[in-house]
Amino acid sequence: MNNNWPLWEVFIRSKNGLEHKHCGSLHASDAEMALENARDVYTRRMEGVSIWVVESKDITASNPDNNGELFEPAQDKVYRHPTFYILPDELKHM
Amino acid sequence: MKNENLYNYILGVADNSLILGQRLGELCGHGPSLETDIACTNVSLDLFGQVRSYFQYAAEIAGEGKTEDDIAFLRREREYKNVLLVEQPNTDFGYTIVRQFLFDVYHLLFLEEMQKSQDKTLVAIAKKSIKEVSYHARFSTDWVKRLGDGSEESQQRIQKAVNSLWTYTDELFHQTEADKAMVEVGVAVDVTTLKDAYYTKVNSVLEIATIDIPESKWFQKGGKNGVHTEHLGYLLADMQYMQRSYPGMEW
Repeated sequence: MNNNWPLWEVFIRSKNGLEHKHCGSLHASDAEMALENARDVYTRRMEGVSIWVVESKDITASNPDNNGELFEPAQDKVYRHPTFYILPDELKHM
Repeated sequence: MKNENLYNYILGVADNSLILGQRLGELCGHGPSLETDIACTNVSLDLFGQVRSYFQYAAEIAGEGKTEDDIAFLRREREYKNVLLVEQPNTDFGYTIVRQFLFDVYHLLFLEEMQKSQDKTLVAIAKKSIKEVSYHARFSTDWVKRLGDGSEESQQRIQKAVNSLWTYTDELFHQTEADKAMVEVGVAVDVTTLKDAYYTKVNSVLEIATIDIPESKWFQKGGKNGVHTEHLGYLLADMQYMQRSYPGMEW
């Protein structure tokens, strides 16, 4: 049955104010079914307050073969991390 | 028992959820796809949750140290008061979905009315359950439309399931003696008043699903008075096995 159903990626927002995070994928014949399936598969233990679904084929991914040129140049540039000043305690989720 | 009518009334309401929950639970690990498998099991667990609230209340009314487990597991077949519709087997996904749809539409109308009961416990259960059941109805309605208005084969299967299960729909609106007594005192939902809204809703969905509405005016009945189809005995044998083999066992 699943042979005919496209793959969807599921993003869940765990609570208001936080961002949607990728949590997995599932099969569904259209967006509406994908939302219902996501609700049943990924939010049954109170994981979320909002769901996004996007068809996997619509996501453009970077090629692992290019990891060297894409990501390695960042490795020796610690000064790009915002860790050289002190955050007040009141600031959450940084 | 002091309030036998109330006790029997609660069992009549709760047994529908218990037996349907057990039927859906049989699909755990056997659903047609991972997604629908989990969806059916979720519905099953919602129904069992509702059943626990009802049976805890019934056990309190019964007194004499009765527990929710006694009521769920230690009755004989003729003492179960569920409608015949919910005990019908999971013949295929078409049957499972049509059975669910035919019950969900009723269940939602029923809980809407139960929120107006004079009995505070029943009102509280209705308010909690109605959100769950709204989703059940959405899920089964969507699937009836998808499969009915789907491929030639899915349409035929839904039509076949509707033709087979239609005969069990009228019983939803029958009243037992306990029902009538509880309607009198404003506790029970008068199910006879739900019938028109029920068939209007069901027919409108079947029309969208390109499914013919069966014309037969002959309907099965008996479940509410304990006279069941041959399927219930097997279901109970499965469901009661642990408590019968190891009396009083706890999880």
